[in-house]
Formats: sequence, structure tokens, C-alpha cells
Amino acid sequence: MFDLDLWREIFQSINKNRTRSLLSGFTVAFAILLFAILFGIANGLQNTFNDSFGTDANNSIVIYPGRTSKAYKGLQSGRKIQFKNEDSDYILDQFGNDVQYFTSKINRNYAVSFRGEKSNYDVRGVYPDYMFIENNKIESGRYVNQGDIENRTKIAVIGKAIVEDLFKKTEPLGKYINLGGIQYKIVGVFTDDEGDLEERVIYIPVSTIQFLYGNNDFVDMMHLTYNPEMSAGQALAFGSSIESKLKQRFSVANNDQSAIRLFNRAETTKRVSMITYGLTVIILVIGFGTLVAGVVGISNIMIFIVKERTKEIGIRKALGASPGSIVSIILLESIFITAIAGYVGLIIGIGVLDVIGPSLEVYFIKDPRVSNTLVLGATITLIIAGAIAGYLPAKKASQIKPIVALRND
Amino acid sequence: MLQIHQLHKSYPMGDSSLHVLKGIDLSVNQGEMVAIMGSSGSGKSTLLNIIGMLDEADSGEYILDGLTIKNLTEKKAAVYRNKFLGFIFQSFNLINYKTALENVALPLYYQGMKRKERLELAMFHLGKVGLADWSHHLPKELSGGQKQRVAIARALAANPKLLLADEPTGALDTNTSHEIMAFIQQLNDEGKTILMVTHEEDIANMCKRIVRLRDGVIIEDTKVNQVRAEQYV
Repeated sequence: MFDLDLWREIFQSINKNRTRSLLSGFTVAFAILLFAILFGIANGLQNTFNDSFGTDANNSIVIYPGRTSKAYKGLQSGRKIQFKNEDSDYILDQFGNDVQYFTSKINRNYAVSFRGEKSNYDVRGVYPDYMFIENNKIESGRYVNQGDIENRTKIAVIGKAIVEDLFKKTEPLGKYINLGGIQYKIVGVFTDDEGDLEERVIYIPVSTIQFLYGNNDFVDMMHLTYNPEMSAGQALAFGSSIESKLKQRFSVANNDQSAIRLFNRAETTKRVSMITYGLTVIILVIGFGTLVAGVVGISNIMIFIVKERTKEIGIRKALGASPGSIVSIILLESIFITAIAGYVGLIIGIGVLDVIGPSLEVYFIKDPRVSNTLVLGATITLIIAGAIAGYLPAKKASQIKPIVALRND
Repeated sequence: MLQIHQLHKSYPMGDSSLHVLKGIDLSVNQGEMVAIMGSSGSGKSTLLNIIGMLDEADSGEYILDGLTIKNLTEKKAAVYRNKFLGFIFQSFNLINYKTALENVALPLYYQGMKRKERLELAMFHLGKVGLADWSHHLPKELSGGQKQRVAIARALAANPKLLLADEPTGALDTNTSHEIMAFIQQLNDEGKTILMVTHEEDIANMCKRIVRLRDGVIIEDTKVNQVRAEQYV
């Protein structure tokens, strides 16, 4: 029930004792300020971790071949391993259920020209799924599609940076571009959040590259993403089972590290999540400590306030104030001061993070921020903290005997 | 109006206890004006506190307006104080951050009266003590006599059956004391029952009855001819 008169009493008391209220609020505001800044910085560190691994799908596995380093099953070491289309089919056949996206890939570098503008670019032969693995976005036109793969069409999807390099103001879609002497029709332009380097790439269908530049079915490497529902542990196990199956298939010793390499993002994801977890725990402990200090501070001040107001409380009781009304007046004042001061601290903390945030990037703290959930959680915590801080003093106040309070001084 | 029978009260003092009231019998009728006198330590303030429900007797009977006051919960005591009693203190006991008007309205707030109503009623009582023009002043801006008049207005605000005054003139100079006494006498003339603790003989003589206490017992209870205070003002 909202009691306007009660709040009027509380505001009057706060207003008439501004220094006291400010002092008690300051402790809490400062505690929350520190808490917000610490939390923001922790988030910033976390962002840096996350970003340092790019925007590629974070559930990806990359498999690429090398040369054997151990003699095995009568085969000598130094043998070159070559993946072919049938190896892709094998993986999809064996592990298809747990695979989200899959592509094999051919990496080339060609001299690329358009109407006299010339430069060298990476050209990648891929399947349509690669767009999702690399997390590219189509800006105009389309990506490589299944029809391109089947028909070995001579189409190219080019990065935005290449458009700027070669095309200047010409609209690239529908134009023909020369890749190592063969003309390709441009069907799409893509962007990549990782920046220019990843946008100076040309994608063409893998089958086209195989047909036009060697007429074989070789592929350089394979990319896949696994079911994102998998836990880090499951993902790691999934990666090693692919690795050992492939080693069997190519008659490679199981402990041969160089013949078939597999890079599993789950390893880094797991490491990062452990670091993040540790950080969060440390921050929570520090933050909680600060908050406790704030609560103890305000509780102390409330005890002092009750002492200072003993006489007033005695008068109120003599005039007919019930113990309950004394409790609510002290408790609500405490909650009110805590909530308002805490909120001010939070806002200042967010403001400080906003202002100093950009300059912290050199210290590996990127975009330090507190989340809305934290703000909501902090508000609720503050109200509870205010209630805890105010309860004992309020209880004490309600037990004041009017005769003691009113004794002539 | 008020009956007290065999009232005992002692305070623990370390291992032993101090027997302050040793069987008080007192009865006050509607419209009386009683002075309770005695040296310090005689138990007069304790008696007033018990009558004011600020303290509780160890044994004995206390009936106020037909209601036995015994084993009250704090909440109940608060309601009774608010409804039956008006307090006037030596040191005024106004709340220093509230204006005169708000101080007078406070008992009405605890009665649950609406703000507008209680401020109107408080204004009426302030007018009665002649301080309508001072309603928005803080206690520190008022003289001692004015403060006590605000306190009296506050005591009257809830229209109590019994007015309890603890050395109401103790902190005032002679002239102001007489002014306040004249005012209290006027209230008594209007029918209010008044109980007053004092150690000043001349103030006591302005009441209609003097009860003298010594060492926790009543040694004398006499009716006196009231000395009117107006003549000194």
C-alpha cells in the first residue's frame, strides 16, 4: 500500500538532514560505482577474448593435410597426404549427423584483372556452406550455390575491398573478371566483419576450380561446423574421432602429428570460457565485498541516525506512534537512500565506463559495459541491501522507551 | 476519570532494586486540576509516566475512564496514548525540523486523519493558543513561551480526556510561566482534566488540588484555593 503521508514524513526527514543523508548515500553510491566499473572492465576483457578469435563460426573445425612424419604399415615417412572429393563424402557419411555446415576448399592465388586494373588475390574454391562458416554477409547479388557446383559455372563472388580496388565506380554485378586468364561472371559481393584482408578474397565453386585448373578431384582442406548444441567436451571428442578416422583411412600412425592436422575451435572456446569464468568469480567476490562494505556503512550510519533521533522517536511514540510506524519510517528511509544513492552510483559508473571505455582498448579492455540484467539485478540487490542495513537500526528504534528518550537533558 | 489503587514500582539497581512507588492510591475526577509535588526522587515523575502509559507499574490497579490499563502491548499503548492523553513537557519536545503547524498535526497523523483535515484542525488549535501567525515557523524561531504554547496546542489537538504536564513551566521565566499557567487554567475552566508535576509552590497553588509525595508515598492530598494566573500577566 502506498502511503503518501508516510513518504512525506520520510522525505521531510531526508530533506531536513541533507548532510547526513548525503553521507550515508555516498558510501553506497561509491560501492556501486566501483562494482559497476569492475564489472564493466571484466566484461571488456571478456569482449577482447571473444573478439581475438574473429567472427568466424566458433564451433568450427578445420582439417588440412601435410606429410607423414612416421613410417607406418610399410609406408615410409615423408609421404604427402592429398584430400579428394571422396574424403569429404566419407566425412559426411560418417559424421553427417553432427555436422551443421561442411565444405571442402581449394586455395589459389591468381592475378586478377578488370578493364586494365590488375592485382593478385586469394581465390578460394568452396561449397555454398562456406558462407556460414566464414560468417560472410552478401551485400549484393548472391553467394555460390548448389547449381554452380553441379554445373561448374564460371561465376565469382568478390569481397567488397576488391570492388573498391578494381571497379572504382563501376557496378560489378554481371561484369566479367579475369582470374588467371579465365573470365568469370560476378554474381555477388560480400562483406566480412573481420576487415579488408578477408574482403580481398574471391570465391568460386570448388568444382569449377577442379575442372578448369587441373581436371582432378583434389581439395586442399576441409572446413566444418558441428552441432552448436554440443558442449565443449563433446566437441573435443567429436574432433578427435574425426581425426582418428581420417588417420585410419590414410594409413597414418595415430601419433603422427603432421600428416593430418585438425584445428578445433572448441579448444580455444573452452580455454576462454574458463578464463572468463575465473574472472567473473573474482569480480563477483570483489563486487560482493564492496557491496557488503557499503551495507555495513549505511547500517552504521542508520544506527547513528537512530541514536540522533532517539528523542524525536520518543516524542512520536508519546504522541501515539506505533512501533510498526517507527520501523517503517526508518526502514523506508534506509531503503530509499540506498536505492537512490546506489542508482546514482550505477549511472555514474556506466557514464565513467562510456567515457573511458574507448581509451582502454590498448589495455585489452574492449567496449566495457554493464548489461541490463546486471542493472536490474543491482537494483533489486540495493533494495534488499537497504532493507538489511535499515532493519536492525529500525528494530532498535522501535524499542526505544519514550520515557528514556524524553528524559530531560 | 482516573483511579489508582496500591500502585507499586521499583527499578532494578544492580543487585538490589530501588522501590520508587510504595503503594499509591489516587483518584481524580473529571474537570480537576491536580498538582503533584515532591522533591526529586519522591516518585512524582514515575507516577506521571505510569499514568501516561510511558511506563508500567509492577503491581496495583490503574483505571482510566473506566478502562483497566494493564499489560498493554506497545501498539495498544500507542493507541491509548493517542486517544486519551495529551502531553506537555518541560523541554517542550517539539520536533525541530517540523513547523509549528506540522508539530501540532502529528498526533492527528497517528490517528490516521487525512492531511488536509488534520492541517485544518491543527491550525484551529494553533489559533486557540494565539499562534496562528507563527504556524509556518520552525521551533528554533520561536520563544520559549511560544514553543510551550505550540506544545499545548499539540497536546490538545487529539482532544484527549486527560492532559499530563511535566514541569510545564520549568524552562520558562516567571512572566512566561504565568502566561502559560493562565492558559492551562483556561483549559481547565473549559472542562479539561489536568495533571501536573511541579516543584514550584506558586505554580502548584494555581491548581485546585495538591498531592504531595515523599519517598514513594502520598503524604498529603489537599484541595486549595486556586490562585488565578491572569493577575500576574
